[in-house]
Amino acid sequence: MPRHLLNPLDFSVEELDQLFDLANDIEANPQKYAKVCEGKKLATCFYEPSTRTRLSFEAAMLNLGGNVLGFSEASSSSASKGESVSDTIRVISCYADICAMRHPKEGAAFVAASKSLIPVINAGDGGHQHPTQTLTDLLTIRSLKGRLGNYTIGLCGDLKFGRTVHSLINALTRYDNINFVFISPEELRVPDVITDMLEKKGIPYKEVIRLEEVMADLDILYMTRVQRERFFNEEDYVRLKDFYILTADKMELAKKDMTILHPLPRVNEIAVEIDDDPRAAYFKQAQYGVYVRMALIVTLLGIKLD
Amino acid sequence: MLNVGKIEEGFVLDHIKAGQSLSIYHHLRLDKMDCTVAIIKNAKSEKMGKKDILKVECDIELLNLDVLAVIDRNITVNVIKDGEIVAKKDLTLPTTITHVLKCKNPRCITSIEQELPQKFFLADEETGLYRCQYCEEKFDRREL
Repeated sequence: MPRHLLNPLDFSVEELDQLFDLANDIEANPQKYAKVCEGKKLATCFYEPSTRTRLSFEAAMLNLGGNVLGFSEASSSSASKGESVSDTIRVISCYADICAMRHPKEGAAFVAASKSLIPVINAGDGGHQHPTQTLTDLLTIRSLKGRLGNYTIGLCGDLKFGRTVHSLINALTRYDNINFVFISPEELRVPDVITDMLEKKGIPYKEVIRLEEVMADLDILYMTRVQRERFFNEEDYVRLKDFYILTADKMELAKKDMTILHPLPRVNEIAVEIDDDPRAAYFKQAQYGVYVRMALIVTLLGIKLD
Repeated sequence: MLNVGKIEEGFVLDHIKAGQSLSIYHHLRLDKMDCTVAIIKNAKSEKMGKKDILKVECDIELLNLDVLAVIDRNITVNVIKDGEIVAKKDLTLPTTITHVLKCKNPRCITSIEQELPQKFFLADEETGLYRCQYCEEKFDRREL
């Protein structure tokens, strides 16, 4: 049975350490890995558009010397003819060695994995899971901070609907001495299921409305976008979208070595002037996204490295 | 007083909340089985005031009672053989349950691929919380 990645918690802490070690080695010695996937094919099955994630997967496979094939929206796949995910993956299993799947419906990657003969990577299933984003975030934190525990992390913006944020919080609870600070308007607070889980595990957290209040305490600031499609009406969106904008003024309150992360795309929640601040790490984070996907492809394909 | 005769082999499900017997009849898929069933509604009960009782005459190996624990763990299950109660079955929550609950999440893959089996897993034994195997949405047992 092939191994899949459907949920960020599918890998143990030890397995993640190995994966991140490999990603860091890929970063340091890209040439060493330039041909390890020669003759292998990655199928990118994207039932909804997601240019960033798809290109990151494709870049990862190409960097490893492999090839890519696939589709980038449901209308250009057999799904438009009514083919089920189970049937599609059985067919894709005949064409490719590994598959990255993005689907608007939650649980689609689970269905694919249950029928697949090749490893399936969940590249996002609706509002449910997006494990490679979480692995990207963890690798970025580990690489830039040198550790995955012992810090205060602030998560800011849409904490109610943001699947990236929920996933990251869940993944971070496996590491020691992390203080969570949730910064959001009342309407976009982190769900009770998350705070209940933190309380149950005895992990400290606090919730605040104003970013300035906590800026000086943070070692990491994870910014998120307030997404228009999450709102029922335009009025609410317009009222809230500018609530939490990171500006140079706010950055003056921050520690000198604070790290700013963002899953991207950014709208206006981080002022462009911040991009040149050495603490801004969100574009580097996108680069780590490629390294972690490379490490993941190598690992799931079971490629033996010298 | 209404009298319903003894059964030779099968189950007597006692202490069902009054009014719930028909729902249980359907969840056990008794409508699909070729067996004798007696549905007793609003029987007098010292403990409950009123209760329902189901008597099912069938091969005891044939009936899957997993769903009962999900509906109400207080139901008493008497196992009958040769006309006598031979055991009282403890109701424990099954770790997975298939084809009984239905996911209501409109974003779940099962909402567009109806041929997929409706599967749920026991996420919290203490509270009896079940989640959809696909989207992990929780199932509200009050919907049963």
